[in-house]
Amino acid sequence: MNTRLVAFRHALRRPQITFGVLVSLFWFLVVITVNLWAPYKAYEQTGVRLSPPSLHHLFGTDVLGRDVFSRVMYGSRQSIPIAVVVIVFAVLVGSVVGGISGYIGGRLDSFIMRITDVFISFPALLFAMVIAASLGRSSRSTMIAVSVTWWPFYARLVRGQVMSIRNREHIEAAVSIGAGTSRILRKHVLPLTMTPVMVNATSDFGFVVLVVSSLSFLGLGAKPPTPEWGTMVAEGSQNFYQWWLALTPGLAIVTIILGFNFLGDGVRDELDKRSATK
Amino acid sequence: MSRYIFRRLVAMPLVLLGIVTLTFFASRLAGDPIVSIVGLRGAGNADTVAAARAKWGLDGSIIHQYLVYLSHLVRGDLGISITTRQSVVSDIARKLPATGELAIGAMLFGGVGGVLLGVLAAARKGRWVDSVIRGFAVAGASLPVFWTALVLLFFLYAKTGWLPGPGRLPARIDPPLHRTGMYTVDALLSGNFTLFRQTLMRLLLPSFVLGWALMGGVARTVRATVLDELHSDYVRTARSKGISERAVFIGHVLRNAMLPILTLLGLSFASLLTGAVLVENIFSWNGLGQYTVHAAQALDYPALYGTCMTGALIFLTANLVTDVLYGLVDPKVRLT
Repeated sequence: MNTRLVAFRHALRRPQITFGVLVSLFWFLVVITVNLWAPYKAYEQTGVRLSPPSLHHLFGTDVLGRDVFSRVMYGSRQSIPIAVVVIVFAVLVGSVVGGISGYIGGRLDSFIMRITDVFISFPALLFAMVIAASLGRSSRSTMIAVSVTWWPFYARLVRGQVMSIRNREHIEAAVSIGAGTSRILRKHVLPLTMTPVMVNATSDFGFVVLVVSSLSFLGLGAKPPTPEWGTMVAEGSQNFYQWWLALTPGLAIVTIILGFNFLGDGVRDELDKRSATK
Repeated sequence: MSRYIFRRLVAMPLVLLGIVTLTFFASRLAGDPIVSIVGLRGAGNADTVAAARAKWGLDGSIIHQYLVYLSHLVRGDLGISITTRQSVVSDIARKLPATGELAIGAMLFGGVGGVLLGVLAAARKGRWVDSVIRGFAVAGASLPVFWTALVLLFFLYAKTGWLPGPGRLPARIDPPLHRTGMYTVDALLSGNFTLFRQTLMRLLLPSFVLGWALMGGVARTVRATVLDELHSDYVRTARSKGISERAVFIGHVLRNAMLPILTLLGLSFASLLTGAVLVENIFSWNGLGQYTVHAAQALDYPALYGTCMTGALIFLTANLVTDVLYGLVDPKVRLT
């Protein structure tokens, strides 16, 4: 435990990581506690329409007189849980599929890889648009649509890792004492793939938020009046000269992308440095 | 080499078949196109529904419909769009040049702009110019396209009027005589320089927004390569032979940076297509991206399958071309 603490303190010396940790902590705290301190409710009409940012309304108010600051903060309860579900789903499915593909190899491997080829040779947003459109406009269909398109990248990543681990001695040892394939995968192979997967998932988090909000910006995600960031930017673009309407929800997305990107990059650099000094 | 290209060309229809199958079944899991054809009111009327089903070939089982779609596809028939009531192939052919114009603009920003910025950053390494360019690259990779487009439109169009607003043409101006479908090229071909200037100005902002991420990536790669290569032995040899700095730079350093740049440009097609969907929507750019969004919103299935396939085809072709160019530029790469 103590050594972990030291490593953590050491990692915090990288400004990238500090920034990333602060941003992600901030947003996760907002998700949990926003209802306790937000000045207004997400759908509450304050009576003042299209007011520019002021001390009373930090991010101004919109066409219906709703407080934009409160709506942006409540917006975190749309995108962030969706992104968590998408990433968890992608990591789980990707690990299982990629693990089996890489460990067993042969025909099964090439079959699975051809399937991931299809996904990867196709812009994820386009495919997500098709699914989201057919499921109808809602946060739930966005979640399903992005989850379905996201796992192949993880399957490829895990497969590559597994193929390099497969021939190590401890696996041979496990095979020789008669451990089954599923046990070897679960206990000896997949745990070793987790570090690169987690680093990747961290950098990826912001991009999932981006795809989710892009879908709703295009009118294929959460419907108005849901306080969803992409939907809010789209609504804001209708009142173009009231710049705060589109600017502020966009800034929320920007902080998340930057924060998680920096965090992922920083952790990757830190791990590279440590494996280099070993 | 030719065997390699042949093998890749043979694999392409298979991947496309996979994409068609995926989009077809994924889109039909929940939705029934009949509602988007007859509308919600018509869906209550059994006769209307039955007639529309027969007319649009939606009366068989889904497997049957899929096979029918495939058999038409093989003959190059993508069906009739539900919203425009025209053949999807002709719709796509009409919209493609607008997107092409946008993509070429973005590629120019990305390729040329990126190389210039990268060289500048390397030359001023560690100074403020370098930091500004790095910030610019990070911003390009992480700012949402739909958001930067709106912010830039607000400042450069609404506030200052430096650039024209959304749309491919000024109000009440007719497009130039159709030759390529790209307005800037057509205006130039018909000798209308005023119109050329107008359309070019309108192309500037959307293609910059679309190319920004690419430009940042290229700039970072060029900077890293240039810094690596400037101290390498062959550069010292070249210098000692008395070759001018400029010639060393262009003939040796930049040439080595070409490979990673080529990869970046080739791989950027996926994000360009994705970005085009968003950028066209904001800039009222009547191209393939806008067509796709409208098709998705209206559940216009034939149009949606058509655009997805076009997107995949562009992407696969770009990848193939990148790989082949790689083999041509780098003698070490042997494609088998």
